[in-house]
Amino acid sequence: MSEGGVSETQPMDAAAPIIRVRGLTKTYHVGDVEVHALRGVDLDIARGEFVAIVGSSGSGKSTLFHILGGLTPPTSGTVTIDGKDLGDMGNQQRTDLRKSTVGFVFQKYNLLPTLSAEDNIKIVEYIGGRSTVFTPEFEEVLRLLGIQDRMKHKPRALSGGQQQRVAIARGIVNKPAILLADEPTGNLDSQNSAAVLGLIKDLNQRTGQTILMITHDPEAAAYASRTVHIRDGKIV
Amino acid sequence: MLNKLIFANLTHRPVRTLLSVLAIAVEVTMILTLVGVSHGTLDSTKERARGIGADIVVRPPNSQVIGTLSSSPFSEKYIPLLMQQPHVELATGTVILGIGGFDSMTGLDFPAFNKMSGGFAYATGGDPVSDDDMIVDEYYARQKHLQIGSKRTLQNHTWNISGIFTGGKLTRIGVKLSTLQALTGTPGHLTQIYLKLNDPKYADQVADGLKVTLHDDQIYTMDALMSQFSISNVAMLKDFIWVVIAVAVIVGFIVVFMAMYTAVLERTREIGIIKAVGGSSGLVLSILLRETLLLAVLGTGVGIVLTYGAQALMKYYPGNLVQETVYIWWLYAGLIAVVGAMLGAIVPGYKAVQQDVTEALSYE
Repeated sequence: MSEGGVSETQPMDAAAPIIRVRGLTKTYHVGDVEVHALRGVDLDIARGEFVAIVGSSGSGKSTLFHILGGLTPPTSGTVTIDGKDLGDMGNQQRTDLRKSTVGFVFQKYNLLPTLSAEDNIKIVEYIGGRSTVFTPEFEEVLRLLGIQDRMKHKPRALSGGQQQRVAIARGIVNKPAILLADEPTGNLDSQNSAAVLGLIKDLNQRTGQTILMITHDPEAAAYASRTVHIRDGKIV
Repeated sequence: MLNKLIFANLTHRPVRTLLSVLAIAVEVTMILTLVGVSHGTLDSTKERARGIGADIVVRPPNSQVIGTLSSSPFSEKYIPLLMQQPHVELATGTVILGIGGFDSMTGLDFPAFNKMSGGFAYATGGDPVSDDDMIVDEYYARQKHLQIGSKRTLQNHTWNISGIFTGGKLTRIGVKLSTLQALTGTPGHLTQIYLKLNDPKYADQVADGLKVTLHDDQIYTMDALMSQFSISNVAMLKDFIWVVIAVAVIVGFIVVFMAMYTAVLERTREIGIIKAVGGSSGLVLSILLRETLLLAVLGTGVGIVLTYGAQALMKYYPGNLVQETVYIWWLYAGLIAVVGAMLGAIVPGYKAVQQDVTEALSYE
């Protein structure tokens, strides 16, 4: 992967959207009941953009997040991530997508409780088949995130804000083309929320990292360069 | 990095890990102790038989090679008859009386036996003088806390300890032949007869000749008898070892199944995290299997240590059991522990592999 996240094996047109969604639907079956979480979503996100998907609870934004991250397959429609069609992918290809193209930041941090902050980041490098020695550039990112001196601590010894910063570091350590953040400030107080959102924005501006943030909070969405609203499974 | 995660996972729940390791250790100890006692008993029996100095043994018909003989079918008149056989230089008979468990006492014609074997090597005391005298080996004396002059009641008869010998010769407990014959109600009769030849090279030839003459009896050269002292020749022992191995595998299976099943449930979210950051199902399975392997290896190590504890305990526990360390069985017991543990990890592993990432990530 080169700078900016363009695949080396499949060079992309820099102007082409890094995420392209057309007619995306997702239907869940809860017992005999069909739940239409997404009802024909169309969305383009340009390389290097910081986009906030805003919607209330049950609007389908988390389902969209899961599909874009290759965590769950769509029911119909096409999703192209960095030139690769998700519809053509099996489990292994989706695993590879998560390994190399997409990074995640979750609302509940989702750090491995048995590992130190450092090892939580390094295990992603290990899984991605990369060296687990931090580069000077990444050390700089850790300083930017303000967690360089918290690396030996386990998650339970970190505050919520620190855990989320570790999660951000984990999400970008493999230089994925896209960083997906699902309610990254949902569990943080206002001060930590502002700090984390500022860091995400700074990251986007410094590195040109494409960031897609799911949120229900208009204040959080204001940090993004573009806001997309979703309601009842459709972009509005 | 993966090993770090595996180690961290195991140390995160130390009590569960410790219990799993201990359960596997008990399984390994169970196998090693049984095998050790089996080998120890057979080898000490073999050593004692070798110490007799005989070249041929004549045993009753239908008697088991390994096991305590209890009948005394041979008349003492066999002795002069056997002495007339070519190359036979010396013949002496014994009476054996089982006294429970693995123990037996042997009645000996001490002058003849000493001539054949060179006599017992006594740590203290000497051969029986009176009819109530008894000699025991050091192992038995240590277990029963016996000294010269101690009294020991066996078979409703009070014996006086007259000698403690260094072992490795015929029996652990010896008394005068005539006394035991009287006690068993078989005066003038013998349980088995040992022959010493003028040259051991004629052993096969003489044994073959005796088989023709005494066709109902069992005739063994001592070399042939020694070769029979193996676990596979003990009717029930081999089966019993297999039963213990099967039980051990089941124990290992259940313990690891429970430990890993709980671990997978407890770590649902963590499995989801690993998958979310690009970890494959194979990687998740590999983590679980490596954890299981580590538990089995640790359990094997602790089991080997516990086996030494059992061995030390057995030296003083009054049961007259000898436990050997059979090193090759460390490997076998380890493999058995690993197989049982891996079988136990299959279902939890499958459950982990099948977990949906999004559901796992939302697991509370």
